[in-house]
Amino acid sequence: MDFDLSEDHRLLQQEIREFSFKEVAPGAEQRDHDCKLPKQLWDQLVELGLLGICIPEEYGGAGMDTVASTIVVEEISKSCAGTGVFISAHNSLCVDPILAFGNESQKRKYLPMLASGTVGCLSLTEPGSGSDAGGAKCLAVEEKNGWRINGNKIFVTNGAEAGVMVLIAVTDPSEKRRLSAFIVEHPWEGLRIGKLEKKLGIRCSSTAEYVFEDCLIPKENLLGERGKGLNVALATLDGGRIGIGAQALGIAEACLYVGARYANQREQFNQPLANFQAIQNKIADMKVRIEASRNLLYRAAWMKDRHLPYGYYSAMAKLFASETASLCANHAVQIYGGYGYTQDYPAERFLRDAKITEIYEGTSEIHRLVIFRGLTSESETGWTAKV
Amino acid sequence: MNFELSDELVALREVARDFAANEIGPHARQWDREGQIPREAIAKLGELGFLGTLAPAELGGAELGYLGNAVVIEEIARQCGGTALMLAAHNGLCMGHLLVAANDEQKNQYIPRLASGEMLGSWCLTEPSSGSDAAALKSRAVLDGDQWIINGSKMFVTNGYQAGVFVVMARTSDDSKTKGISAFIVDRDTPGLTVGEKEDKMGMRASDTVPLTLEDVRVPRDHLCGELNQGFIDALRVLERGRIAIGALSVGLGRGALEESLAYAKQREQFDKPLTEHQTLQFMMADMAMEIDAARLLVRKAAVKQDIGQPSEIDASIAKLFASEMATRACLSAIQICGGYGYTKDLPVERLMRDAKLCEIGEGSSQVQRIIISRRILEQAKGM
Repeated sequence: MDFDLSEDHRLLQQEIREFSFKEVAPGAEQRDHDCKLPKQLWDQLVELGLLGICIPEEYGGAGMDTVASTIVVEEISKSCAGTGVFISAHNSLCVDPILAFGNESQKRKYLPMLASGTVGCLSLTEPGSGSDAGGAKCLAVEEKNGWRINGNKIFVTNGAEAGVMVLIAVTDPSEKRRLSAFIVEHPWEGLRIGKLEKKLGIRCSSTAEYVFEDCLIPKENLLGERGKGLNVALATLDGGRIGIGAQALGIAEACLYVGARYANQREQFNQPLANFQAIQNKIADMKVRIEASRNLLYRAAWMKDRHLPYGYYSAMAKLFASETASLCANHAVQIYGGYGYTQDYPAERFLRDAKITEIYEGTSEIHRLVIFRGLTSESETGWTAKV
Repeated sequence: MNFELSDELVALREVARDFAANEIGPHARQWDREGQIPREAIAKLGELGFLGTLAPAELGGAELGYLGNAVVIEEIARQCGGTALMLAAHNGLCMGHLLVAANDEQKNQYIPRLASGEMLGSWCLTEPSSGSDAAALKSRAVLDGDQWIINGSKMFVTNGYQAGVFVVMARTSDDSKTKGISAFIVDRDTPGLTVGEKEDKMGMRASDTVPLTLEDVRVPRDHLCGELNQGFIDALRVLERGRIAIGALSVGLGRGALEESLAYAKQREQFDKPLTEHQTLQFMMADMAMEIDAARLLVRKAAVKQDIGQPSEIDASIAKLFASEMATRACLSAIQICGGYGYTKDLPVERLMRDAKLCEIGEGSSQVQRIIISRRILEQAKGM
């Protein structure tokens, strides 16, 4: 066993950490306030290659692995969780399914775009189907010259910026395998952005509604096999959970960082808060859960890179890390006291940002179901022989 | 990065798992009740090399390293926490201190006998009035010609009832609290050493715990273990490594809680369906599984760092703290899942819970771990 990052990964971590500290952290408060990710920051991310980090070099990407993209999301999220999920959603919800399920011409067409500045997203959730993703209603009807799409998708992360989406829609309403996956470009006739959500946290990351009204897309935009849409969605989410886990870990680490710093600075009863055991206990509990989250997370990423069955493990990583983020953010606000409740300090933003990690890309409840299922089925934990 | 056990450790785990299931599990309830592990069982552990997990091969050890030690302890604890605690104290504390501090002559004299199971080892730090504040110990050793004369009393000595040798911490200087303590090797039959009655404990009952009285105990001058006045510093290193083992022990207990309660839940029906089909219980077991896995990774990371010589003090504290509290939570959940049956001794989960509680207390309480961890973080945060 070896828990250390490789030299390449360590260098990447250093580079992104520095970038995050210098370029992402300073505007985080403003972006949260404006609910917008400035094009300039987005361009910087493209320039650094972060939107093509897992895309093979032959398609214009950096050709790195899941461990690398986990490092990126973790480090960026330490400064701004909204920017973190922008990168994570692009990489794991759009690039990843095209890489995994796309045919050669789809890869040749879309991956270079996604590596060079076109933002990607996944349209899965609908007003009536969240955790029960298989209950989608958005309809794709096959016609002579394409697929005609009608319906609504909501809670689409990156929806305001995206130029390419992976869409899950109903192609065979009466079949058991009723869903299929598609690649849809935006703008496109018959597709418009509806409501933009106003959210508790990750406010600079856009969350959009997509309205499809007789939107006709080319036949060749079917992604993977007809009827396998739910497989595409679930496999995509298995990987996406690593990204959200990384986002949660980054938030938790930021909370520990500011909490410990403030505990040293702030004096009450003629001594620093850090002298009080009640505060020390919070610091220790944050650190313990952060370390545990990191191990779970990087193991899941490492497994994905080795093509081991990792869904059970990424579920544990995401569940643990997201609940850790909320706990750490809550502790950070508490250490700051009244100041923590104001927008003069970042702790309240961390708390607002942390909450979403327990909800999206599979709620904590869905993850517990996934874990329990894995626990009772050898096939889903198939790797246990070496654990 | 590599999150897999090596083939050798997978093989070791299988040996330990089979042995624990066949030779320990069936007797664990009896050993808990009677408060002892039979000699024959200890001899078998010796044959497997489990009484010399950390000792080098040239001294008769199995040389498994801290990761291998953690793998063995988890498997034994899965069936019997007391037996695992006996191993942890013998390997990690007594032999651990000898490996850290003893000279070659001392090692040659004691390690092979300990590793083979010829005798068990104990380690004596705690006293009636010094637990978490271990350096406040009052036992005293005074040099008299070629002998040390030791006086004092020790508390909560694991394995003491049957140990052949004791590593005893005693004060040798009043100039410094922490740098005024030395370690001594004391043979069981040394006059003046009295082994008291076994403590009647809540759990870990198969492992014996005794008080010791030392009255003008004379040991040869060369029984000083390590440098004079450095005994407490060495003890801290021993404890740091010992915590990895207590973490592994906790993982084994947590796993026992999950496996036993899951097996029960599969066959127990209420409201016309197995307990496994009730979401509340599914979630309890999912949490147990996740936390066990998180704890195991923390333990293994600390062990790997120890094996490759990286500083691991904080990792060991983190692993021990999380794993021990996880084990208690998991065991309480297991009892809850098993309901009234779980509250009886017909199912093993109540024993696991009693065993688990000790892991939050022994070898540095949870509260001490939090002090160690937060002190480091707050120190690092200065100047940020």
